[in-house]
This record gives sequence, C-alpha cells and structure tokens, in this order.
Amino acid sequence: MTPDAALPMSKRDLLALIGRTGGAAAMYFAMSNLGQAHASPFKGVPVLDGGAKGASVLILGAGVAGLTAAYELRRAGYKVQVLEYNGKVGGRSWTLRGGDTYTELGGAVQNCEFSSGNYINPGPWRIPHNHYAIMHYCQELGVALEPFMQLNYNAYIHSSKAFDGKPQRFRHIQADFLGHVSELMVKAVKKEALADTVTREDGEILLEALREIGALDKDFRYVAGPASSVRRGWAKGPGGGLTAEPVASEPLTFESVLRSGMWSHITDSMETTHHTAIFQPVGGMDMIPRAFARKVGEVVRLNSKVTAIRHDENGVTASYVDTKTGEKLTAQADWCICTIPLSILSQIEVNVGAEMAAAIGAVPYAASLKVGLEFKRRFWEQDEQIYGGITMTDLPIGQISYPSSNYGSAGPASLLGAYGFGAFAFEFTSLPPAERVARTVEWGSRIHPQYREEFLNGIAVGWHRVPWTQGCFGQWTDDMRAEHYKNLCQIDGRIMIAGEHASYIPAWQEGGITSALDAIGRLHQRVMAG
Amino acid sequence: MKHGSMVLGTAAALALGGMAVSAVAQTAADAAGRAKAVADFPGDADGAFQSAARFGEPDGEKMYRRVCAGCHMPDGKGAQGAGHYPALARNQNIASGDYAVYVVVKGMHGMPGVGRMMNDEQVASVVNYVRTSFGNKYRDKVTAKQVSAVR
Repeated sequence: MTPDAALPMSKRDLLALIGRTGGAAAMYFAMSNLGQAHASPFKGVPVLDGGAKGASVLILGAGVAGLTAAYELRRAGYKVQVLEYNGKVGGRSWTLRGGDTYTELGGAVQNCEFSSGNYINPGPWRIPHNHYAIMHYCQELGVALEPFMQLNYNAYIHSSKAFDGKPQRFRHIQADFLGHVSELMVKAVKKEALADTVTREDGEILLEALREIGALDKDFRYVAGPASSVRRGWAKGPGGGLTAEPVASEPLTFESVLRSGMWSHITDSMETTHHTAIFQPVGGMDMIPRAFARKVGEVVRLNSKVTAIRHDENGVTASYVDTKTGEKLTAQADWCICTIPLSILSQIEVNVGAEMAAAIGAVPYAASLKVGLEFKRRFWEQDEQIYGGITMTDLPIGQISYPSSNYGSAGPASLLGAYGFGAFAFEFTSLPPAERVARTVEWGSRIHPQYREEFLNGIAVGWHRVPWTQGCFGQWTDDMRAEHYKNLCQIDGRIMIAGEHASYIPAWQEGGITSALDAIGRLHQRVMAG
Repeated sequence: MKHGSMVLGTAAALALGGMAVSAVAQTAADAAGRAKAVADFPGDADGAFQSAARFGEPDGEKMYRRVCAGCHMPDGKGAQGAGHYPALARNQNIASGDYAVYVVVKGMHGMPGVGRMMNDEQVASVVNYVRTSFGNKYRDKVTAKQVSAVR
C-alpha cells in the first residue's frame, strides 16, 4: 500500500476519512467482487469433430451455460436432453416486462405493470465488447445489440454526506479532481520534489502532460476559465448570435471534492468489463436465451425439478419431478453437464467424489437487489439532460440507471431504480416487495425530486428470493478458489460442472458460456479417447 | 512540500483504482473492530439500512426480521423452490448453540456468513432469538465469547 511517509495526514486519518466518505460505496464494490473480471480468453468455439460416437449428454439447467452446451453438442452430433426447473429458458438471463408475473420464494406475487416496450433486466444487463464468447453468440444467433450507456458525464455522483446531499455531475467531480491533482503535481515538479525519480527533461514533458490531463491554464493553474470549462461545462455555454459569449464555471474546491469521497466513482467505468463499447440486447437480455431456444428449444424439458443425480460406469441418471403434475421421472445419458447453481446443487443428492462434493458446498451466493421503476415521463432527459448512463449514490439504492434506448420518446419510461449489494441488499430483500419499491422511490427522490410526482409503478427482485438460484452469483474468495476451484471443474466420473460459478468471471454471462465451452471441449476429448 | 506530498498520496489512490480503494476501506472497517457497528447513516429506527458493510440491528429479534427473514421467512418456516431454505421453526439442528453460531458466522453451502457483518453481541443475540422463537425452546444462551471463539 501507499508508504506512510508520502501522506501528510496519518494513514489512520486517511483510512478513517475514506471510511466516512467513500467507504460505503467502496465497500459495496468490494463485496460485489466483480472487479477481477478481465477480457475473455475466448478464441472460438472448441472444434468437436470426429463424431459423437453415439454418445448422449444430459444437461441440467437451461441458462446461458446449459443452452450453449446444448447448442454446440447437438451440432457435433451428440444426443442432448436439457432439464430446466423454470417454466422458461434463460435462468438469470431474464427480463421483466409489462404483463409478466413474478412469484418469489415465500409466495409474494408481483405483476409487472410497465407499459409496452418498457422492461428491466433483473440479472445480467450489460455485454462488454471484450466478452468475446457472448458477443460471438449474439452475432451467430442474430441477437440485435445496441450501445449500453455505461459512462454518462452528465449523470450524477451523489453522497448523502457531501455537498449537503446535493448530487454532483460526474463531469464536475472528474474534471475538478484531475485538475486540482494535476496542479498540485505541477507544484511538486517545479519544486523539484520529484528530482530523485524524474529527470529535468522528463519533468518538462510531465508538466505538459499534467496541463493537458488536468485542463490547466497557461500558468499551470486549475481555475475558472476556458480550459477547465470545456471539460466540466460552462456556467453559460457558448452559442450563436449577439449574446453568445460563454461564461466560465467555477470549479469546486479541491478540499470539497477530496473530502466528498466522490472521486471513488471516477474509476467506475475504467475496468475492462465496463469499457466502451458496451452493449445490451435490443428489447431485453432474454433475447439471448430466446435466440438459443429457437435452436435447441425442442430438447429442453421445462418445469423439471432435479432431485438427485447418480452416475456409475454405465452412465448418469437424474431423478426429477414435473412441477406442474407432481409426476416423478428419470432421465438417463452417458454424460451429464450440470449447470445448476451451487446454492441449489449443494442441496441435491449427487454421488460425486468427496473433493467435488466439498467444492459444490463451499461457495456462498451473494445478495443483490434490483428495482425497476416506471415513471409518467422521461424527466431525467427532459429536465436534467441525462440520456442513459448511471448515477451512483451512497444511499441503499446504490445506483440509478437510465434507459439506453428510445431517447426522447414521449410517454411512460422505466429505469433501474436500485442495484444494491452487501448489507443493504439483505435488508432490502427481507422487506415485502411493495415496500422495497416504496423505499426505492423515497431514496431516489433525494436525487430526483420529480420521483414523487411522476412515479407510476415498480417491481423489485431480491436475488435471495429468486426460486431458481437462491442468491445472485457464486461469491468466491482467493482462498476458496485455491482449495476448491479445480475440484469443481474437473470431470468426476461422468459429471461435469458449468456455469458462472465454474469461471473466473463471476456474475457475468461470459463466465457461464466460457465454462460451458471448456466443459464440452474436455468432454469431447474424453469421448474421443473412448 | 505539504501540497506535493498530498499529491503523492492522492495520485496513488487514483492510480490504484477501485479495488485498491475497496481494499483500503475494508481494512479500515476491520481496523475499526468487529465489536463496534459503524453507522454510516441514521437508518431505520430498528437499525436497518445504516451501512452497506454492517448490520446495525441492535438485538436478535430486529436482526431476524430485517435480515434473516429474507431467506428463512418472517415465520421461520423457510421456503421451497428449485432448492429450499430450511425452516428454523422447530429445527433440531440448532439444539446445538455452537452449531447455530458457526452457521451464522461461517455460512453453510450457498448461505453467506452473514455474521461477518455483525459484531459478536449481534450474532449471539440473533442465535438466542431463533433458538427461543418459532416453537424452539432451547434455554441455554450462547454468548458473545462463544461467537468470538468461532471467528
């Protein structure tokens, strides 16, 4: 970590400051544990040539991992059957639209009242361009993508403990932080405080770089003027005609930006999984499982709850119950690719070896919450010039994401009113759905007062109440991975595991798809080896 | 020199990015000690929604209602879906207070170790509440000291 000597305040003071200001938001990112995701290693679908030797594969779960495995194995000539608990394919790749009904664990029923065309994706909602495998399938299956507005300079950063709770435009916080830091850095260079590490010649280059990075003026100052205003925005913008002369805006002070903790959000879109270009399927994330279903739907048996999985030298048998009729049934195959979330699989009798069994039981599932809200009009566009993008807040709602489609349209529109993790997500989930929505409206109205007047209806998904996952995603730690990850992914007799939980890209569909491709590649080798 | 030094610290935090900041914040929370719940917000009257990193509910009943009921349900009877949440009502596994403390702190299968976001007193209190509610009549109390030993 940073050497203490470099800090004018004590390290403890700095930690306390971060705890007071950026702490909650930073913490929730720590718990979301998504930051380790990198560009996908996907280099193409494994070549499954040589025929399938008549082998059959039973796939458990019709989320994107199971659907990918089914699609590729069938194409290679395998006999494939898929069992799915839900009444539809997709698993967590899921969209809620007007007219949909969602019944959560405990029995609470929500009817989505959105107008036609409005939706939320309670699960995955973004597809980074560097998630090559899911990009490949969107292209191959003809799923139309549109840009997801990840970074919007005109959206807000909000802290209930800074600037009297008044939201700040992202462009203000970013420009002012970089500007002030650059100006200070210039002072250090000019005082030759860095002479030990930066030569005089490099120092000159550094000064020019700092002027550009920080939008400093000709005297290397970050002050109100054209240089800073073209970054952070003018007080009165330039136009045409007689009164067109622009008026520069006044930067926030360094102290106020620093102490606000809001700088912690400058980097939100710097991780590769949030880089532009980043996409969403036109019309909702479930366009992806729907596209897979057009290829493999006839081999998916819905409403099938797996109760036991047994394998021996001859093959695999899964026992399952038809959730509509109560009928007890079995399915047999030579091999099994099981994509059932570990939160569920750990409760199912499976006769795998001790190492895989321990791995299946080792991974806790994260809490998360999403709330979709519908409003009478796009006040965020009409009143505040926010077209898509995300406002971050330290309130329990975590963030507000504005729709990345149909900009400027009249009539009702839906947005993501909450996406929370950590303690807040547990506490949200324990509330009845209507109260989750009401609290989301209440908190959101501190950022957008229009909420109170314009709110129409909402729908709330607490992921620990989702009947087919009992949690959001497998929350691995480094220690857990060291002990269990390889044991989870190995072939155990005739059973293989796939899904985001069998990947280093937790919570992303890319993890599920790349794990499925890895599994079928290894399975095919085994089959070819006889 | 004062400002120059400040730059180094801040620039380092900027360069290291979100995860490093998170790690710092995590360390800060740990350093603050598990015995003290850190309130970031006023929250609800019963302690809910005080912090993204800590449960603020001061006693077992409030903790159960605002946290545990998310899965085990307000009546303690659990739920059934593709899998199930075990009923805590009339649950013989929690005849052992140590077992109940272990599950809350360490988690079990898909269940996260939610006790990591509680202090020792909070864990003991919610375990004692569950062991004497929903038809459970286990009279022996677990203590904060037992919780501390499990961590």
